[in-house]
Amino acid sequence: MSIDFSKEVDYVARLARLKLKPEEKEIMAGQLSDILDTARKVQEIDTTGVEPTSHVIDLPTVLRDDETGSSLTLSRVLQNAPRRQQDYFKVPSITAKDNGINAGEEA
Amino acid sequence: MNKYEVVIGLEIHLELKTRSKLFCSCSTTFGQEPNTNCCPVCLGLPGSLPVFNRRAIELAVTAALALNSKVQLRSRFDRKNYFYPDLPKAYQVSQYDQPLARGGFMEIESGESERIINLERVHLEEEAGKLVHAGNSIMGSAYSLVDYNRAGIPLLEIVTAPDIKSGQEARAFLEDLRSILLYSGASDCKMEEGSLRCDANISLRPQGSEKLGTKAEVKNMNSFRSVELALNYEAERQAEVLSAGGTITQETCHWDEEAKKTIPLRSKEGSSDYRYFPEPDLLPLVLEPAFIDNIYASLPELPAVRRKRLKEKYDLSAATAAQFTVNRALGDFFETAAQDYDRYNNLANWIQGDLQYQLRESGKEADDLDAKKLIELLELLDQGEINRPVAKELLTEMVNSGKSPKKLVKEKGLGRISGDEKLRPLVDQVISENPDAVENYLKGKDKALAFLVGKIMAMTKGRADPAELNKIIKERISNK
Ligand SMILES: [Zn+2]
Repeated sequence: MSIDFSKEVDYVARLARLKLKPEEKEIMAGQLSDILDTARKVQEIDTTGVEPTSHVIDLPTVLRDDETGSSLTLSRVLQNAPRRQQDYFKVPSITAKDNGINAGEEA
Repeated sequence: MNKYEVVIGLEIHLELKTRSKLFCSCSTTFGQEPNTNCCPVCLGLPGSLPVFNRRAIELAVTAALALNSKVQLRSRFDRKNYFYPDLPKAYQVSQYDQPLARGGFMEIESGESERIINLERVHLEEEAGKLVHAGNSIMGSAYSLVDYNRAGIPLLEIVTAPDIKSGQEARAFLEDLRSILLYSGASDCKMEEGSLRCDANISLRPQGSEKLGTKAEVKNMNSFRSVELALNYEAERQAEVLSAGGTITQETCHWDEEAKKTIPLRSKEGSSDYRYFPEPDLLPLVLEPAFIDNIYASLPELPAVRRKRLKEKYDLSAATAAQFTVNRALGDFFETAAQDYDRYNNLANWIQGDLQYQLRESGKEADDLDAKKLIELLELLDQGEINRPVAKELLTEMVNSGKSPKKLVKEKGLGRISGDEKLRPLVDQVISENPDAVENYLKGKDKALAFLVGKIMAMTKGRADPAELNKIIKERISNK
């Protein structure tokens, strides 16, 4: 197949906040093409009457009781924080770039 | 404005009232020191695995059933991928094409009429952490601080159909929704603590048109009142744009509480691609029909049903029935008292008026009171043992000390003073002390009689009956 996947690579890279060099993009485009070819092959299989599967283990999920247990100590919680201030994780502002307003996609 | 029909859909998020988080045993208590309720699971550390909290599922099913939504025997959790620092894993465990419950509806009172607002779905997901913006101005801050205590608290998302027609209706819907969720025990619904949040989609279309117009999403509404104001504002704004021949751009805007207007945000380039995929760390959620049936059977009476029942059973006004529904404790107190007292409207008046006032003054709750004592008081009044001002005084005492009204009447000597034997000496005393008034009365001046009655009422601290006094005074004067 000789479809050009460079647009798709750009799009996925932007979603994943990845900065790719031109040569990396080229490699990725080729790999993406191979992956999609394989997917296409799988799609050729006749799945009429087969229930879609989202998990390889065919068991229902396990539930636990609503009981509180111990959490990590503050020093352990913040142990891997690249930056901290007082007892908080410190992160670059999302708001500065967004013209003063929090434009995040909060849940 | 009348040229257009307003079309509103709401998206509500509410935290479920569990002790521990959705996938780990960290506490959900509000207001703890930052980052102290965190563990490898809710911080998204590599190698940790989520395990479902049964109570969260029960509460989610409870809420869904209370909202007439169809709970699915099998549903699935997906990862919603996006980058935002309040999300430690860079994805949120949510539900996409196989939600916990589908459809549903709520009946709301909109003005005089009842309206059905349909629901699209009810699903379960995890709460995000909380961002604290450094410095006073959001604008100037170069960085933000993150507290992950909230991350992983079970969050229910309720999505309505675009059935709501005004800001007022949106508010009425939310108020009823809150009542239902409080009644079913699913959530605290504290908007001020963020345990209930609401976003809205709003668009306009020409009256009679079937096609939906371009919508705007409104966020950051921090009270039911601001939901109403924001949506009315946005409807007006869109109507002006359309009337002037303009077009609406699909955008997200913030409600500015200070300026009382909606402010568009920068468009989020392509970020609406969340690349959902099945959460590999969780197996599908499979519920037994019996599990759902048991929850359905234990649902409490819901607000709309209660309102109707109170109106019919006790012949209460719509406003009173509504008050006894919104203020559930007060309504429960009324119903307990009504078991022993059948002048229902009199009872309701006392509870809504003097009793509620005294509860507010003393900082007590209706649950703290013994309904039997209020009935004792009302019966003393009905039987003429005490008069109205004394009854009000006793009510204050009763609420504050919890003492029985009968006992208080005895202790304080507040019983009504009546009968010739007790009143005659007082009447004679007043007659002899006020010869002028007696003379005036004999000349036919009724005011003089009222003056004498007033004297005795003062002497008895209001415990005598003016009608009885009238009679005795007349007798005594004419017998002289
Ligand atoms: Zn945790």
